[in-house]
Amino acid sequence: MNIIQQLEQEQVSKLLEKRGVPDFAPGDTLKVHVKVVEGNRERVQVYEGMCIARRNASLNSSFTVRKISFGEGVERIFPLYAPTIDRIEVVRRGKVRRAKLYYLRALRGRAARIVEDTNATQKALASEREITHERKQAAKDEAASS
Amino acid sequence: MRSGLIAQKVGMTRLFNEEGNHVPVTVLKVDACQVVAVRTAETDGYTAVQLGAGVAKVKRTSQAMRGHFAKAKVEPKRKVVEFRVSEECLLAPGAELSATHFIAGQKVDVSGVTIGRGFAGAMKRHNFRGLEASHGVSISHRSHGSTGQCQDPGRVFKGKKMAGHMGDVRVTQQSLTVVATDADRGLILIRGSVPGAEGAWVEVRDAVKAKRPEGVPLPAGLKAAAEDAPAAVDGE
Repeated sequence: MNIIQQLEQEQVSKLLEKRGVPDFAPGDTLKVHVKVVEGNRERVQVYEGMCIARRNASLNSSFTVRKISFGEGVERIFPLYAPTIDRIEVVRRGKVRRAKLYYLRALRGRAARIVEDTNATQKALASEREITHERKQAAKDEAASS
Repeated sequence: MRSGLIAQKVGMTRLFNEEGNHVPVTVLKVDACQVVAVRTAETDGYTAVQLGAGVAKVKRTSQAMRGHFAKAKVEPKRKVVEFRVSEECLLAPGAELSATHFIAGQKVDVSGVTIGRGFAGAMKRHNFRGLEASHGVSISHRSHGSTGQCQDPGRVFKGKKMAGHMGDVRVTQQSLTVVATDADRGLILIRGSVPGAEGAWVEVRDAVKAKRPEGVPLPAGLKAAAEDAPAAVDGE
């Protein structure tokens, strides 16, 4: 491994420690919890949409989430390991046959639907519930200790 | 004035800082950077340290350079550079500098030889806009256009920007910020880009246009200082 890869690997493991990355792929519907700084206050904003692309490149990995907001298509590209992302939640898993779903950009409404992979969705939801529970527990513990 | 450092450009990557912002960084590697010779006011009329970095094969080092390195009792070096220093910052021959010579947050100047681009046109070399795509322009869409006036002055002024060789010149990028240093691996992480290709040698100095911050090691950040003293003595 060269030095650049080493440095990137270190960063990835450091960021993974803080928050895991769930198993998700293009076609899945995600809720991305983004930390937003307003003045000196920080809050979490949820951006929900369909993942239409993923770029796997160690620290430079990213994913694109598309949603229809007030009738207008909106796409946001998130760095997978950005510390500004509080959590990535999988809401629904889709069955797709390609890696990049750019064809969805040209489609609207019923045509832009993706068939749900029900089994995978149930699995994903179960693990999400677990994570939510763990997070609540951790928050409670923290509150108790302080 | 402190000595600079010879480093090798490894490449670029990114860091995420505490605020969660993304910081692009260039990774520089300090590899066996030792003092090869010292210039003093008595012998040379000025004060400087000559540093060498990298590892060169003995059989590929000329006899003259072998003698030069042997005088300082150092291994043959790939790259040798002289840095002007003030009298109190002179170093002993053989002393090895480490990446901790610079501290995080410090401003530095980085010199290197830019990537050569060969014979480049005026658009690429001087950001000219070229000629139009249509309106009767034929074959010369990327040309520089007019180079001057008419019979008076009847010549092209010196220094006129034209096509020609681009890159492969020594450039100093001033007041770059040191994001972090890694003493164990000998790495310096500098915010933004640095002249030169990956693997190229660059010179890193304290910035001339910024005040040297408190806590910078004086006269220099030596490797021996970090380790115990006896280990430094046998380091030939």
